[in-house]
Amino acid sequence: MTSSNGKIRLATVWLGGCSGCHMSFLDLNEKLIDLAGRAELVYSPIADAKVFPEGVDVTLVEGAVANDDHVELAHQLRARSRIVVSFGDCAVTGNVTALRNRLGLDDVLTAVYHEGPGQAPRGDDEHVMPTLLPKVLPLHQVVPVDAYIPGCPPEPERIWAAVAALLDGKPVELPVAMRTFGA
Amino acid sequence: METVVTLTLNGEMVSARADQTLLDVIREQKIDLPTLCHMQGLSERGGCRLCVVEVQGAPRPMAACVTPVTEGMVVRTHTPELEHQRRLVVELLLAERNHVCAVCVVNGHCDLQWAAAKLGVASVRYEYLHPDLTMDASHARFVLDHNRCILCTRCVRVCDEVEGAHTWDIAGRGIKTRVITDLSRPWGDSPSCTSCGKCVQVCPTGALFEKGATVAEMTKERDFVGWIIRGRTKREWTW
Ligand code: SF4
Ligand code: SF4
Ligand code: SF4
Ligand code: FES
Repeated sequence: MTSSNGKIRLATVWLGGCSGCHMSFLDLNEKLIDLAGRAELVYSPIADAKVFPEGVDVTLVEGAVANDDHVELAHQLRARSRIVVSFGDCAVTGNVTALRNRLGLDDVLTAVYHEGPGQAPRGDDEHVMPTLLPKVLPLHQVVPVDAYIPGCPPEPERIWAAVAALLDGKPVELPVAMRTFGA
Repeated sequence: METVVTLTLNGEMVSARADQTLLDVIREQKIDLPTLCHMQGLSERGGCRLCVVEVQGAPRPMAACVTPVTEGMVVRTHTPELEHQRRLVVELLLAERNHVCAVCVVNGHCDLQWAAAKLGVASVRYEYLHPDLTMDASHARFVLDHNRCILCTRCVRVCDEVEGAHTWDIAGRGIKTRVITDLSRPWGDSPSCTSCGKCVQVCPTGALFEKGATVAEMTKERDFVGWIIRGRTKREWTW
């Protein structure tokens, strides 16, 4: 493990998700204190770091890959992390974020913005907004993934079972009841 | 007198009646073999291929639910190759239509969802097709959601064989296959449907559900098929 203080370098990333997985992570409650004793949070929506750092041990990724910024960050975090974990159903399957895939991209933007009040940029002209991918993808279809924590959101028990194994340098092997998509 | 055959199941010698299927014997031996299209009391379809087993001398895995037992058969149920094939089947089912368990009426009570978890399907290696499918909510009490249908035909068989209405059928081929009601008219306009709800109860997924059920609220009662069959064949009415 790479941190100079002997702690595991942990990152959490928020791609195309609702932040529910991160909320469930915070619901680890007092386990967060154990975690803080053993891991250093080097990048996260709840930590003050602008750039994904080098030399990360474990990265939990919430959310599906929905736009070109997500693709870029996915490649970056993969290159800089030893273990990448798809964290929650959106990262694992596409889930709710991928519901738009049955509609063409133009139909989605029309339905959401142009049929509503005002005009919204679609993101592909001056890159004011990230450009949407034609199809939302699960993380493992963009970069190799080492472990999966299913659930929407994964219950804190599932998160802890996975994170505790990773802290001990063991593979993530969840029991059947913790392996279901959805529930 | 009944003919008895002897076969080898995962290295153990077991006896079976000659009219049994391999699946009957496997279940009798309390071996946990996953199935999706099989439903006790209904005819077999042999369509989902989750129950595949290795039969010595056979060129390919055999579906246990439609394979009769024979004398001297040597059968294995859980080789790594079979487990691999079962995972492929489940992944293909999940990729074919729109399975979004988090927002599904049967979340937590779904045979497909549990099959995936038990088989250790951590992710789906195939591209999700995300087809643009419809729902039929024209029936007063029930809804059909093609997004969750795995074409197991349990609805077709229970409606035909137990209720005797034969409202359901299958139309189209390959990826375009759909369950239909009464020559593809809306379910609510079906003159043959008795609204008994048997199809809804035997459906392994969220494809058929009761109106008013929201996410994770629909649970299914399956035991009634056995009660009816036992009553009809043995005149023993219990429930
Ligand atoms: S998996 Fe569920 S909780 Fe997590 S980001 Fe997706 S929608 Fe939100
Ligand atoms: S039918 Fe089953 S597998 Fe499909 S979305 Fe619903 S719970 Fe998930
Ligand atoms: S509607 Fe349900 S029972 Fe009928 S074929 Fe589809 S999944 Fe099977
Ligand atoms: S249960 Fe045997 S093929 Fe479906």
